[in-house]
Amino acid sequence: MDLLSLAIKSIFVENILLAYFLGMCSFLACSKKVDTAIGLGFAVIFVLAITLPANWAIHHFLLAPGALAWVPGGKLAGLDLSFLNFICFIATIASMVQLVEMILDKFFPVLYHALGIFLPLITVNCAILGGSLFMVEREYGALESTVFGISSGVGWLLAIASMAAIRKKLRYSHLPDGLKGLGITMIMTGLMAMAFMCFSGINL
Amino acid sequence: MTSAAKKLLMDPFSDNNPITIQVLGICSALAVTVKVDTAIVMTLALTAVVTLSNFVISLLRNVIPSGIRMIVEMAVIATLVIIADQLLQAFLFDISKQLSVFVGLIITNCIVMGRAEAFALQNPPKDSLIDGLGNGLGYGIVLIAVASIREVLGFGSWLGFKLFPESYMGNGLALLAPGAFIILGLLIWAQRTVTKYVED
Repeated sequence: MDLLSLAIKSIFVENILLAYFLGMCSFLACSKKVDTAIGLGFAVIFVLAITLPANWAIHHFLLAPGALAWVPGGKLAGLDLSFLNFICFIATIASMVQLVEMILDKFFPVLYHALGIFLPLITVNCAILGGSLFMVEREYGALESTVFGISSGVGWLLAIASMAAIRKKLRYSHLPDGLKGLGITMIMTGLMAMAFMCFSGINL
Repeated sequence: MTSAAKKLLMDPFSDNNPITIQVLGICSALAVTVKVDTAIVMTLALTAVVTLSNFVISLLRNVIPSGIRMIVEMAVIATLVIIADQLLQAFLFDISKQLSVFVGLIITNCIVMGRAEAFALQNPPKDSLIDGLGNGLGYGIVLIAVASIREVLGFGSWLGFKLFPESYMGNGLALLAPGAFIILGLLIWAQRTVTKYVED
């Protein structure tokens, strides 16, 4: 039940994009067409679901304070390598994205071509690294971080897909020159964030 | 300072601002702008990282094989961010706690990566240094502007100094996520109207 509650919370109440502003760059750049938005959204879910458990294992068994206690001899038990978190996480993410790309290319060419250029871009999507950093900060367990990863991705997909739909309609409306593009998108995102705030207070 | 160097430094302040025109680094511009002091610290951290990373990558530009340049850039940037994070934790612990994950997220901040790719790989170290400094400060200006509006509306204070009498209720919306989006949207509108920049 806790996991369900965590999932609902990270999809709706604390949406990674609308409440924590993560992944804004690709959100703004790739929300012009609905198809690409949805493709990117699924790629993000996929990568989050893989990298979060991987980074959890790295943090928990290698880098956290005292994590190396399992090494025989016990000399490494007092070591705190958590300052290496950032560089290890980003390396994991980069290599996982590469790995996912190769596996998809080999076994699921249709999906690979659908995601196309978005996969490599995901390495620098802050939602992915942000997910890993939140996981450390909030001290999630293995299962919790997997659920958190998947549901954050779903929340992100939800946000970018609906924004793409809104922007499609927006193309036919008259706007002041300065407001076109980025300006109106930010304001629409604000209104969307306000709508999502209505979910706060839901407790399962 | 030569006029070319001056242009490199001043362009990102308005005509080629990283946030409002190049659309880079929006995440942190929204997340750390609840108060002016966190915005200033974030600006300093990012400016230091982008200046140094531009400089280092520009020094390395002729020896990096193009196939693995992304990984090299990531390694340089991540190292600098770790140093910045450790310094903040050592000397400004409270603010570092408030910035939480967003210091780490400088690694994926598109400004740092974007400038490394677009500028430092093609230009000599001195120009890259100036370009990094200009872009860091151009980012800072927008950050501090958004933070000022949010802190004044939300708390009735600026950098901790009370501006309004105690009876001022404080606008909660300005402190929440939607307020951040809308304020930055309006700011972008204003800035683009002044510089006459039109997106197609």
